[in-house]
Amino acid sequence: MSEHVDSVKTYTAVWLILLVLTGVTTAVAYIDLGAFSIVVALVIAAVKMLLVALFFMHMRHSTSLTKLAAAGAFLWLFFMLAFTLADVWTRGLVGTPGR
Amino acid sequence: MAEHAHAESLALREQFDTAEQQKESSTFGMWIFLITEVMFFGGLFLAYTIYRNTYPTVFGMASTSLNAVIGALNTAVLLCSSFTMVMAVRAAQLGKRKAIIVFLILTLLLGLVFLGVKAYEWNEKYVEHHIPGASFHFEGTAQQGPAQLFFSLYFAMTGLHALHMVIGAGILCWLLYHAARGRFTAEYMTPVDIAGLYWHFVDIIWIFLFPLLYLIDRHMK
Repeated sequence: MSEHVDSVKTYTAVWLILLVLTGVTTAVAYIDLGAFSIVVALVIAAVKMLLVALFFMHMRHSTSLTKLAAAGAFLWLFFMLAFTLADVWTRGLVGTPGR
Repeated sequence: MAEHAHAESLALREQFDTAEQQKESSTFGMWIFLITEVMFFGGLFLAYTIYRNTYPTVFGMASTSLNAVIGALNTAVLLCSSFTMVMAVRAAQLGKRKAIIVFLILTLLLGLVFLGVKAYEWNEKYVEHHIPGASFHFEGTAQQGPAQLFFSLYFAMTGLHALHMVIGAGILCWLLYHAARGRFTAEYMTPVDIAGLYWHFVDIIWIFLFPLLYLIDRHMK
């Protein structure tokens, strides 16, 4: 891995954007967007996560192997969330056999 | 003894061919650990999602009883600590010993401020009888059980996160000790780099905890 040294300017910019996004997500929370407010909160959180991962954790300079492994984390997390929720949230829809 | 293919150093241990390979291995190992942490915290996020969906009203009330302004300020403190951490890593890449120490101390201080604010918030919960247990009482609802569930998850998630912060603070102290002894150079700064990954990861967990615990039901009030 050739060492990439990012500039202080880049880090400062990312840091300021993260602070602004924190302010935005807090302010938006007081506006009634209905069910959409969760979506907005999670999208902003995901953007912040990407900024931290790509710049502060140097993911944009990482090897393909590291990128693949990180993507794998989300695949497994997706499996865990999706399959569990697919079960729990549909329990009322179908009857229980034998009951 | 086996023949050494190269002289051993911190940056290049015997079992690696090149310093680059050693660095990659260390970084990759840390990422694998962080991936297990994703699943670890993921289970709690999943439990929170399910129970929030089961008891939306009570969870909404309990969530809005948290202080969002303090939460937001604490998020900012943590983001600042991530910034100083990345600056410490940068200083290490450039081999600037003094700058490493200064930025590590700043990171440690910001981390401790975060934990201090967290302790203040937890104390508030104690005063308000919002700690699950015999003296738990949440005003304005008959559903004390689901309300306790919210606060159980709140304490489990923020507590586990705080535990990671405490461990992170310990790692920072270890780094400071070795940085002060001049162990880290531009050629060998892997511990600083990897501790940085851990610190930023803990930051990312909070980036999700903050909106999910403090914010998403606030518009209902």
